[in-house]
Amino acid sequence: MTAPTPPPAPPPTPSAPGRGPGIEDLLRGLTPQVLGTLVRKYGRFEGCEDAVQEAVLAAAVQWPSEGVPGNPRGWLVTVASRRLVDQVRSDRARRERESATAAAEVVPGEVPDTDDTLLLLFLCCHPALTAASQTALTLRAVGGLTTAEIARAFLVPEATVAARISRAKQRIRAAGSSFVLPGDADREERLRVVLHVLYLIFNEGYTASSGGELDRADLAREAIRLTRSVYAQLPGDGEVAGLLALMLLAHARRPARTTAAGDLVPLEEQDRTAWDRALIDEGTALVKEALAVPSLGPYRLQAAIAATHADAASAGDTDWRQVHGLYLILERVAPNPVVTLNRAVALAEVEGPQAGLALLATLDADARMAGHHRLLSVRAHLLEKGGDPAGAYEHYRRAARATPSLAEQRYLEGRAGRVRPC
Amino acid sequence: MKFLISLHINPAVLDALTDEEKEAIGVGHGRFIEELKESGELILTQALVDPSQAAVVTVRNGQPVVTDGPFLEAKEFLGGFYLIDCEDKDRAVALAARIPDTRIEGLGVEVRQVMFSDGNLEA
Repeated sequence: MTAPTPPPAPPPTPSAPGRGPGIEDLLRGLTPQVLGTLVRKYGRFEGCEDAVQEAVLAAAVQWPSEGVPGNPRGWLVTVASRRLVDQVRSDRARRERESATAAAEVVPGEVPDTDDTLLLLFLCCHPALTAASQTALTLRAVGGLTTAEIARAFLVPEATVAARISRAKQRIRAAGSSFVLPGDADREERLRVVLHVLYLIFNEGYTASSGGELDRADLAREAIRLTRSVYAQLPGDGEVAGLLALMLLAHARRPARTTAAGDLVPLEEQDRTAWDRALIDEGTALVKEALAVPSLGPYRLQAAIAATHADAASAGDTDWRQVHGLYLILERVAPNPVVTLNRAVALAEVEGPQAGLALLATLDADARMAGHHRLLSVRAHLLEKGGDPAGAYEHYRRAARATPSLAEQRYLEGRAGRVRPC
Repeated sequence: MKFLISLHINPAVLDALTDEEKEAIGVGHGRFIEELKESGELILTQALVDPSQAAVVTVRNGQPVVTDGPFLEAKEFLGGFYLIDCEDKDRAVALAARIPDTRIEGLGVEVRQVMFSDGNLEA
């Protein structure tokens, strides 16, 4: 393997600090731009992605000691292009072909100043891939995370992530994807997939799907950063704004969601002064903007619900009528038993626990929800409110056994202990 | 989502298999491992020695007591496991169905979601 050599570098920036978040952030921001430039130019997403990873690695090693080049993006494009030439050459050599022509095919030229983040996201969130592969590829190719970082974030071995990424790239190649925006008909559908993948990344950071760690804030922050870049390109899309708002409003509560010991604190017991006001203000403004865009979608509506909660100075001040109304609309726009479950909580606040329990009863026949820990825990909660401690105790215990989250299990067992009949 | 697919074996059932059947099991597991590696769903797999080689450790009044042999007087024992990371439970069950043990009466394959993980995953 040939080590990438930097192009004749402009003098290093005098202020260039040592290794630090400055260079890391810079590299993360540049990764999709450099990859976009290469893929536009040479096609072959798979090879370009490898080449960019190696260029970024070279930068991470060299820049802290040698200083950040004057045109860091140009530096990365040149190094990555050279790496791609090497790769093409060795591929050709392997196939016993003339290598001289290969080099002529990839000659680094001038760098157009466009942001290809959205194009790359469309490619990484290709419908032929599983959600796990879409997520891994997005984090690496667009987020600029290393395979090792992604592996750590998802608590799986690096080889597992590497296999996933390489398979994803093979599938994209097999599907014959070219580096162009999908046509209008597919575009809307593909954007939904992109938003869903970003939402999954955020959720993985917000509540670990399994494990003792409740919050892996880095993934949540990464999802917000990527969603911001989509929003920057599609500011008029109400769902993009809605998803960004939803993330910001949820992230704002992060400092209050757990105790120092790592225990879960439910919304009504959170210290609202610990919520991040700046994030709430930004999220709330985005919700208003998103709701003004015609045809309501699920992200906007969920964000509007989060904003209603954020608006209440205390749990008692919550405008539950508005929350319930929004859930009713959400149920119509995107029918889903989890939405109905959440509406039952709001309905119980507006009309009393029995009304909420009656709505929950309609979910018992739904195979997706029967025995689900969330249905059990909401029922336990409403039974407790309705003055049935024995029923609440039983359902808290059943919910605790059913949840895949250790933090939630501790919380539910704590609730069960509080209502335990003597 | 992470799942543990545990393989519950019965030494008597295994002993009764023909050499061809035993070989088919070995080949089937080898193929399964390769598939999981290629799809990026394998975290780890381990197979355990015969249950007769187990030692059961108890501490009573501060004194450790070690007894040779398995903990339970059972016919089935943990023989090994696959730790996988896949899309959802349906996928985990579909993968488990590819394990040759599922085709043999008396051997058990169980799928359970992982709740807590720690350790050096680079190992």
